[in-house]
Parts: sequence; C-alpha cells; structure tokens
Amino acid sequence: MHELLGMAADIISIFLFIIGGGFMLIGAIGIIRLPDFWSRLHAAGIIDTVGAELILTGMMFQAGFTQVTVKLILIGLFLFVTSPTSTHALANAAFTAGIMPLGMKRNESDKVLKPAPVRDGVKT
Amino acid sequence: MMRAIGLGVGLFGLWLALSGYFKPFLLSLGVLSCIATVLIAQRMRLLDRETVPLELPLTLLLYWAWLGREVMKSSIAVSRVILARKMPIAQQLIRVPTTQHTEMGHTIFANSITLTPGTVTVETTDDSYIIHALTDAACDMDGFASMDARAAKVGGA
Repeated sequence: MHELLGMAADIISIFLFIIGGGFMLIGAIGIIRLPDFWSRLHAAGIIDTVGAELILTGMMFQAGFTQVTVKLILIGLFLFVTSPTSTHALANAAFTAGIMPLGMKRNESDKVLKPAPVRDGVKT
Repeated sequence: MMRAIGLGVGLFGLWLALSGYFKPFLLSLGVLSCIATVLIAQRMRLLDRETVPLELPLTLLLYWAWLGREVMKSSIAVSRVILARKMPIAQQLIRVPTTQHTEMGHTIFANSITLTPGTVTVETTDDSYIIHALTDAACDMDGFASMDARAAKVGGA
C-alpha cells in the first residue's frame, strides 16, 4: 500500500514537473520571439506564475507531509504575491518613461489619467 | 492590542514552520525574538490594517483557487500565441473600470490582473486602471468585471 502511494506521488510529481517545465520552456521561447518589452512581460509572467508554481507543487508531492512541504508552500505564497508586484513595477516604469507597445492597436490611457493641472499657465 | 497578538502568533507560527525545532531552550528563544519584534513594530507604529490584515476573510483561499484556474486558462492562451507560427499579437492599453474602495481590494484586483498572463496593470487610479493586453482575447471586459466583483468580496467594502 505504502509503495503504491509512493508510486502515485512520483507519477503526479513527474507529470507536474513535465507540465511546469514545458510552460517554462514556452515562456523562454516567448521572451526570445516576442517583439518588444511589453509583450515579453507576458512571457515572463508565464514563467513565474504557472511554471514556478507547478514545479513547486511537484516538489511538494516528492517531499510528502514534512517541514519541507510547509517551506515550499510558503515559497509558493510569496512568489504568488511578489511576482505581480515586480511585473507591475517594470510596466509602470516603462509607461512613465514613455515606452509604447510596438504596433499598438488601441490606447485608452488618456481616458484614465487626468491631464496635468495647469497652474499660472505653466504645466506642472 | 488585537493586532499585536495577531502579529505575534503569525510570527511564531512562521518561526516554527521554518525552524522545526521543539527543544524548550530554542523554543523560548523563538518566543523571545517574536515578542521583541512585536514590541519594535509597536514602537515604530507599524501595527495597522496594512501590516496585520486580520480582516482578510478565509474566502481569500477560495478566491486564490479560482484565480489559479484563471491563471492556468490564460497561460494556455498566451502559450498558443507564443507558439503560433505567425504570432497573432495585438497589443493595446485599455481602460478597465474598478469598483474597489479599499486599499486591500485595489491591491487584490490589480495584482490578480497582473498575475494572469496576457494582461498587466500599468497604472492605477481610484476608479479605473490602465491595463496592457497582449491580444484582443485578453481584453475580456466581462472577465474583468467578474474578477472585480470577486476581489471586492475578499477585499472588503
């Protein structure tokens, strides 16, 4: 029975490693193939969300009910919270610096940002 | 006071999970360091809604499960774009309205948008966000609205 459970855990984790590794590979290909900064952000997003989380989950099945699994869950949680923060910081910096997406189809950013207030005839 | 206790319990839980020691001497060192940290945080006036979000409901876990499924779906969509021979990208900066009115709600919604591949939050204001979308399929306004409603439920009104 124990061996059977171990084998099931092995199979599940191998499956997760393959899928996670596949997503990481696709993300890496995307970083090379996509044309500019903005689109590459999305490829990087695949790597640090699905890729990393699936591989961490696979590791949890290898570790079983141990302290290692608790640590892996914590790593997963921190990654889940911090990776969008860093992606947003990059995107926001690029937007502030005035880098625009290549071949942009639609731009509604003016609708969100209020125009800078004009004080004494000078734009601030 | 409630927040100090909450922070102390959380810190000690983290200490136990990361150290794995159960010897009395080491345990008491852990307790002491947690108490010291709470006292320092108190002195720095760090104990507020933002650092110790005790108000976060347990439905956050359900929300994460739902979000995980959304992330999976959209990463498959972006993977298809990347692997297509002629990558069908149509980059756009779109306005997405939001109904969040707590900081936690804004954080959860904006981060969820960034977390799903294909969309990245670029700039936030009180009533709407600028989102960069990779394809037309990624700017699914109904999807954003439903994510907004779910995030509002978790982030509090």
